[in-house]
Amino acid sequence: MSAASEPSSDMFAVFPAAPPTELVRFLDLGGYKWHGSDQANEIVVQSDETGSDETAEAPPTWAGALVTIDERREEAWRFCRELRKRDAPIEPLLVLLGGDRLDDLQSRADLFDDFIITPFHPQELEARLQHQLLRAGRGVRPELITYGPLTLNVETYQAMFDDRHLDLTFMEYELLRFLASSPGQVFTRETLLSRVWGYEYFGGARTVDVHIRRLRAKMGEEHSSLIATVRGVGYKLGQSRWTAGGEHR
Amino acid sequence: MEREQEYVLRAAEERNVKLIRLWFTDVLGKLKSVAISPVELETAFVEGVHFDGSAIDGFSRIQESDVMAKPDPSTFEVLPWTEGGTTARMFCDIETPSGRPFDGDPRQVLRRNLLKAQADGQIFQVAPEMEFFYFAEGEPGVSPTPLDSGSYFDLTTSDVASDLRRRTISVLEAMGIPVEYSFHEDSPSQHEIDLRYTDAMSMADQIMTFRLVVRELAMEQGHYASFMPKPLEGLQGSGMHLHLSLFENDTNIFHPDPSTAQGQVGELSPVGRNFMAGLLRHAPEITAVTNQLVNSYKRLVVGYEAPVWVSWARNNRSALIRVPLTKPDKTSSTRIEYRAPDPACNPYLAFSVILAAGRAGIEGNYDLPAETTQNLYELSSEEVAKMGVEPVPRSLAEAIDVMERSELVHEALGEHIFEWFLRNKRNEWESYKSHVSQWELKRYLPNW
Repeated sequence: MSAASEPSSDMFAVFPAAPPTELVRFLDLGGYKWHGSDQANEIVVQSDETGSDETAEAPPTWAGALVTIDERREEAWRFCRELRKRDAPIEPLLVLLGGDRLDDLQSRADLFDDFIITPFHPQELEARLQHQLLRAGRGVRPELITYGPLTLNVETYQAMFDDRHLDLTFMEYELLRFLASSPGQVFTRETLLSRVWGYEYFGGARTVDVHIRRLRAKMGEEHSSLIATVRGVGYKLGQSRWTAGGEHR
Repeated sequence: MEREQEYVLRAAEERNVKLIRLWFTDVLGKLKSVAISPVELETAFVEGVHFDGSAIDGFSRIQESDVMAKPDPSTFEVLPWTEGGTTARMFCDIETPSGRPFDGDPRQVLRRNLLKAQADGQIFQVAPEMEFFYFAEGEPGVSPTPLDSGSYFDLTTSDVASDLRRRTISVLEAMGIPVEYSFHEDSPSQHEIDLRYTDAMSMADQIMTFRLVVRELAMEQGHYASFMPKPLEGLQGSGMHLHLSLFENDTNIFHPDPSTAQGQVGELSPVGRNFMAGLLRHAPEITAVTNQLVNSYKRLVVGYEAPVWVSWARNNRSALIRVPLTKPDKTSSTRIEYRAPDPACNPYLAFSVILAAGRAGIEGNYDLPAETTQNLYELSSEEVAKMGVEPVPRSLAEAIDVMERSELVHEALGEHIFEWFLRNKRNEWESYKSHVSQWELKRYLPNW
């Protein structure tokens, strides 16, 4: 294993070593760090050694595992079993399998935390993965949300355009974070009001328009078009990462 | 600790803020500030910042001078100019030491009025047209020199004042105050910046910020900006026309129901008509608040597009209330334009009494008087009076007299501010009345 793929708490173990293209695309576009492997011992041994490792102040561990049940299904399930056998099993473990292989799941319930049918919808996998991470008590989201020149630091509440600070009020920040978390998705005013504000406010539903205008004003002419008005519906930020073939409209 | 407060603490730390200005407004509408350091922020949120209110105009009677400033974390904003280190500001609500809203705080007065409307599902939206002058210097007692000699819509690309206005707009936008339009007004060096509508509380805060930003940036260039209602005799004064509407959730309730509407331009819903009727009926009572200076009444004279008569019209700029023409499909823009206020008023109190007057019209189902289609400036006082049209108060003294008898204003402002305001304005009028002016000396000394 190369130094660049040392396991760390934010890295996912992926079976097989060369995962299907859709999965690679999902992981890369979603900003997930991952390491593909065919050998469970490559994953497990590494972690088991850490207890006695001289550099092991914070033992490296895996954020979770994604196992594709392909034509080498026996190998794939063995991989799962090995990861589960440890004192501290790697979790969450998600298996990806075709709809014609559902029989495989029978009597293997202990080997995975969730499964998804292939071909999968990226948003479904994203939701399942995040849900499992949350249940495992792990950070739900990466600390940084980035979109083009925009970077939001969820930990420190910082918003940046390239190197320029964007000074936002709390609600402006929350609105931008919400929109930037699902690029390309159109949200109605009502959804934004209930999801971002969550309580009654002097401005009512028009509050959303007002805050969008303030955000655009602060973003400046150069970037203000990042937030698009979808007439008669609501607002969206940028383009979806999942738009087929990176098509731009 | 609430997340909003936590956000402010983190933002102050991350942005290396050295000083936080806690802003509040006195009864006359002047911005006041208490500065604290970031380490004091947490305590300020929890306990408030204690200070002696007796030094603030209209705040305290002697026996109850202790007040607490409670910062509103939703208004935290890093100031785009430095004061020897990064500075941020928050607006405050003023409370008594026992934690009750303080009656002398204009922001609390507006909050109380907005909550009443909110209980009926109404959200008050306001967009102001801010007019002001840039002068070369700001020496009291000397008639000021305008910075430029441009006029309405002049394209004066190179002059200092227009550069100043442009810079001001970019600072306002950086502070989250979106600008709708801006242009050179009628008089030399008179400028107008129109703000995008928002709820009345945010707008009152924005106007306070606006006045500071405009002044601050002019000062930086060695000039002087003024919101005095009528700084130059014989030229148009500075108004603050207010575009008003009421929303219920996402719906503008001034917009007529398309199924019953006549499809006329400038048409309002029955609620909109009631609101306008309320504002018209109570206009004389609230004028002392919307036009609070002796000087305000020198703007309200015939011939300068300022209202003189209590009337409404669709397309007649001599009216007190105008119903602007809007595109029929643009339901959110249906509104009325109240043309009396000037930019020297206290926006919190002005919005409070305007809302109260309009709501009285809705509650009392007031009938709307007929539209005035004539240009009232061209008619004599007798002719206008014959039409049953009342004058707008002609002086501060007249305005205070009407206000003093107004249950509506008393209720909207609360006893504390009502009483203090009247007392203060009587003093202002007495002081003015006893002054012997140049005009009198020139006119009377040689002849009598």
